Amino acid sequence: MVATPPRRFHFRRPSVIPGFGLTFGYALTCLSLVVLLPLAALVARASGLGLSGIWDVARDPRVASALRLSFGVSLLAALTASVFGFVVAWVLTRYDFPGRRIVDAAVDLPFALPTAVAGIALASLYAPNGLVGAQLAKVGIQAAYTPIGIFIAMVFIGLPFAVRTVQPLIAEIDKEVEEASATLGAKRLLTLTRVVLPPLIPAVLTGFALAFARGVGEYGSIIFIAGNLPFVSEIAPLLIVIKLSEFDYAGAAAIATIMLGISFLTLLVINLIQAWSRRRFGYV
Amino acid sequence: MLGLLGPSGSGKTTLLRIIAGLDFPDRGRVLFGGDDATGLPVQQRAVGFVFQHYALFKHMSVADNIAYGLNARKRSERPGKAEIRKRVGDLLDLIKLSGFADRYPSQLSGGQRQRIALARALAVEPRVLLLDEPFGALDAQVRKDLRRWLREIHDRTGQTTIFVTHDQDEALELSDRVAVLDKGRLEQVGTPDEVQDRPASATVLKFLGDSVEFEAIVEGERVLVDGRPTPAVAPRGVIGPARLYVRPWQLQFVDPAEAHLSGTVRASHRSQGRQRVEVERPDGRLVVVEDFDGDRYAAGRPVGLRINGGYVFA
Repeated sequence: MVATPPRRFHFRRPSVIPGFGLTFGYALTCLSLVVLLPLAALVARASGLGLSGIWDVARDPRVASALRLSFGVSLLAALTASVFGFVVAWVLTRYDFPGRRIVDAAVDLPFALPTAVAGIALASLYAPNGLVGAQLAKVGIQAAYTPIGIFIAMVFIGLPFAVRTVQPLIAEIDKEVEEASATLGAKRLLTLTRVVLPPLIPAVLTGFALAFARGVGEYGSIIFIAGNLPFVSEIAPLLIVIKLSEFDYAGAAAIATIMLGISFLTLLVINLIQAWSRRRFGYV
Repeated sequence: MLGLLGPSGSGKTTLLRIIAGLDFPDRGRVLFGGDDATGLPVQQRAVGFVFQHYALFKHMSVADNIAYGLNARKRSERPGKAEIRKRVGDLLDLIKLSGFADRYPSQLSGGQRQRIALARALAVEPRVLLLDEPFGALDAQVRKDLRRWLREIHDRTGQTTIFVTHDQDEALELSDRVAVLDKGRLEQVGTPDEVQDRPASATVLKFLGDSVEFEAIVEGERVLVDGRPTPAVAPRGVIGPARLYVRPWQLQFVDPAEAHLSGTVRASHRSQGRQRVEVERPDGRLVVVEDFDGDRYAAGRPVGLRINGGYVFA
């Protein structure tokens, strides 16, 4: 590899578009007001308890099980949404069928729907006397009021992220690359796994991260379908609301801070994997 | 080495893709050395296809790109790892990119990518090598070098090759035989000399280079323009009114008394030892004449032109 001469860091590079100072300042201000300040306030509130206090909250069995449930099911749901979302995105971009545009538009509905509405709809569908729930009950699966219900709601909520992040990349795939693979004698499956999928991995990871983050933070749609039994189907965000209604502000802030920390770590790891795969797959 | 030549939209690339098995013909068959390949899927046709925009696998190193076809084979037919590495090394030597095995396509120039694409296609030892506008996306100098280099590789390997181009010079310089296509029809197949000396149709003639069209009359053996005989020869069966196509270098500046036509110089420019002079005829039509880089032809000067040859079509 040719060594590039070490480049000095320039805070601002010459550009044809004016307004660097204005936009940079504006972006920082907005970010501070909307994101950083509230988060700082949250940490400040929780720090009233001290590290040991936060640790005590985390060790409380009810809190611990809620956190485990929230993050565990979110991971599973994000994984499912990624796979499912990838297939949906593939079908929507690769094939033309009647109603394609309608299905394409419907993918965004979980974004737009008030989450409570989604929760009630899902709950009534998957309740033991609901349309789907009744069928599931026959084979002995109870979806509503169990972690399975939480999982379903999280997949529903996370799906649009998984679809929308990979869709543009699938649309951009160069058909010639697939044909090149075929002329070289590669079977279809090999073309798919060795040529088509690897460049999409960063986008799939982005979708996964977004779906995961959304799943962890989701409240409205889940509480209707979850049943909210402590130690079984009680998610961490609900526990925060419960603490608040008991005027235990510090406790609520502590759980929130723990969630913030875990989320941050998870997203950081996903970002690192993503940066690695981007480098690995030769994107500039 | 066969060159498919034709204007854009004439069906060159479609024909190439049909040969490769990427597109399917409505009628007709594809034969490889006598074997019917029409029903064979792409994977089994054993063709090497080099795409116009190379279609390299961006996420694989140069070595992995070249080895791809070998790695894609069934386990029983796949060469061993060491063997594959050796083959990749040999091909990299062939394309003169030996130190580049670990680079990624995004770190290469257009000409280098082109050569990698060629090595990747050659790695599977194809029965036919198919090149779609192989030099289309490259600048003029690189294009010339690569052209010569491709011919060298062809002479060394003897690989049957079909390439598509819309550049006459490229087709005439590189190919053993040229096939001229127009509007989906095959107009003529022949050696570069044949298609230039005996074009099968006016379309072929016009596509192979500049020409000036004259109305002529064929009387027996003679081809007359404006009542004066020319050295052009009419093909058998053409009698009466006909069209005479004359190349710019088949026109000569002469004294107006012995000229087939006259006019005034509109403009002239020099290029690579020759002069191209635009002459405006009395009826306003332009004629381009090519002459050696000698006398200057100032605009407005009256000149006479003699026709020294040409091609006659009914």
